[in-house]
Amino acid sequence: MPNAIVVHGLTKRYDTLAAVDGIDFTVPEGKVFAFLGPNGAGKTTTVEILEGLRNRTTGDVTVLGFDPWTDGMPLHKVIGVIPQDFRFFEKITPKEAVEYYATLFDVKVDPMRLLERVALADKAHAHFDTLSGGQKQKLGLALALVSSPKICFLDEPTTGLDPQARRGIWDVIRDLRREGRTVFLTTHYLEEAELLADQVAIIHKGKIIAEGTPAEIIRDHGRPERLVVEGPPSLGEFLKKRLDRPVTVEDGHITIQMRDKSDALTVLRAIEESGIPWKGFATVSDTLEDVFVGMVGRMDDGIMRSEAAP
Amino acid sequence: MNAKRVGADFLVFARGYVRNPVGLFFSLIFPIILIGLFGLIFSVTGATATTVYTENLDHHSAASVAFLSALNQTGAVKIVVVTPVTNEPFNTWLGDQSYTVGLIIPAGFQSSFTNHTPVNVTIYTDPGDAQSGGTLLGAVNGVASEFNLKSAGGTPIIGATDVLLGSQVYKYIDFLVPGLIGFSILTSPMFAMVEISSTYRKDHLFRQLSLTPLTKGEWLLAKILWYVVLTFISAAIMITVGIVAFGAHVGFTAGIVPFLILGPFFFVSLGMLAGSVSKTPESAAVLGNIITFPMMFLSGTFFPVSGFPTGLQQVAHVLPLYYVIDGMNQVMLFHNTSRALFDAGIVGVGGAIIFIAAIVAFKWRDE
Ligand SMILES: Nc1ncnc2c1ncn2[C@@H]1O[C@H](COP(=O)(O)OP(=O)(O)O)[C@@H](O)[C@H]1O
Ligand SMILES: [Mg+2]
Repeated sequence: MPNAIVVHGLTKRYDTLAAVDGIDFTVPEGKVFAFLGPNGAGKTTTVEILEGLRNRTTGDVTVLGFDPWTDGMPLHKVIGVIPQDFRFFEKITPKEAVEYYATLFDVKVDPMRLLERVALADKAHAHFDTLSGGQKQKLGLALALVSSPKICFLDEPTTGLDPQARRGIWDVIRDLRREGRTVFLTTHYLEEAELLADQVAIIHKGKIIAEGTPAEIIRDHGRPERLVVEGPPSLGEFLKKRLDRPVTVEDGHITIQMRDKSDALTVLRAIEESGIPWKGFATVSDTLEDVFVGMVGRMDDGIMRSEAAP
Repeated sequence: MNAKRVGADFLVFARGYVRNPVGLFFSLIFPIILIGLFGLIFSVTGATATTVYTENLDHHSAASVAFLSALNQTGAVKIVVVTPVTNEPFNTWLGDQSYTVGLIIPAGFQSSFTNHTPVNVTIYTDPGDAQSGGTLLGAVNGVASEFNLKSAGGTPIIGATDVLLGSQVYKYIDFLVPGLIGFSILTSPMFAMVEISSTYRKDHLFRQLSLTPLTKGEWLLAKILWYVVLTFISAAIMITVGIVAFGAHVGFTAGIVPFLILGPFFFVSLGMLAGSVSKTPESAAVLGNIITFPMMFLSGTFFPVSGFPTGLQQVAHVLPLYYVIDGMNQVMLFHNTSRALFDAGIVGVGGAIIFIAAIVAFKWRDE
């Protein structure tokens, strides 16, 4: 599959700060690519370089075969962009805004159908300055879609939205993927990346620290699967001696790190051998969040697990 | 340049403008306030005729009426004939009414005139209002000598021929109308564009537009078109108020159209240029004021430049607004087409340079 975006050795400096510090990645056509990172990681800087809105310090960037900085005009006809914190003319209505964009791009669109698609038809005639944050973001989405772009760039499209509005945006992203468009999504919500993305890159302080499908990232960077048993500390001591595997004991929970899935049988047999009474057991594996927290630590304003998880 | 895109952007901008009631009210009411205020202030101190309350005791004889109408024709005095006062002396009555000048045509004025016997008209003056008194005395003496000469069958030896400059005598309001049209051609685009250049930057609207096929030139042209429309509206308002309320001798001549287009073209571009070369909204506002304020007063907005001291006149000649206002004066008052064309040429060429500079200076996107 051809690549929609190819980035090699990209850096961006603001004075002495390396906001983006030598990153490489590729985004295959037709996939949803999530750029995951805490605030200030360099997500917006990267996405705006890809959109041709900012120049890079060094590196090679190709988007649909164009250099975004020098080929802005042709590039902008084939990409759709929703900036972080989308704002527009205060007194324009969503319907007028779509008509405006349709004329600028010289395309025919049915404004009401497009607004229905992003669930904004009921606000088609409201002035922009009366829309809620989520409704504004939906208009941004609608405008990005006017030109039927091959790639959609969405910079934190759901940040600050309520769970329902967030799900609405997720639905549109899934539709885009179904239609075969490439989606480049930045987010600091883990489950957003986990739910929507085919590929995830975790960026931290301008560097990509993990990349792949969510499963690959967990496999490569997460801890191995663990088996957890409820039992007295004596059972823990027994297992530590009996098994050649890391064992931790905490609050009546004994956690045994396994070598692989079939290892569970060996571990269970050892527990039985001990003759010490035990209760329920479970196997535990890392989530993307565990991986992230393990790699960079939880930050005050960092990666969040929102309450919106379905 | 794509006309459809310019049109679409014009429509969006115009709607935004019209939907902001405060802004719209201000831009329509402001021209009326301006011309009303300045028209009132300056027409009061203008050369108005002195009103003279007059008793005609000669029973409106032909000679007395001719004498009074000759006085009126001097333009210096305005004769108001009152019914003769019977219950008190005329001078007491004048004092009661707080009138400072008065005139009595005696009975028998006409018969004395035809019989060549001397007759005196009585002039009442108040030392407290020497100016009105002097005006009346001068007018009466002038008219009286003419009547004396006529009655003696003589011909005046020394006369004066009025040579008017242009087609008529200009009043202050005649200069004020084009001056204030120029004032709004300067101020409303300048202030608006300086403001727009900083708010659009703050709200990332330029960045948003850079993601569409709209070009900077098309965007700026749409703003110019809107301010041309606003200028036509406010010029029409000011001309109407000038004519109706103050009797200005200006008309809706097609000749001002180039100035109503080139003026906004120049100043929308200049406002955008000033906003774009400034790093912060504050410095943009300061630069905008530095450009606007001297031009506002020295370009012939409130007073004709021809009345300035020579040094200030030279300053005026480097200000672009001077050529806009001078051009409008040429077409509205002096009917001097070649001078107007010259003025339009300067504004047009200057505007084109500033327009291009503004497009180069203002950035759609950050580095
Ligand atoms: N225009 C700029 N000038 C200077 N520093 C900037 C600029 N834009 C971003 N930065 C800095 O670069 C870093 C990355 O910012 P950004 O790309 O916006 O992060 P994110 O979108 O992941 O929150 C931050 O430390 C931010 O302060
Ligand atoms: Mg960001």
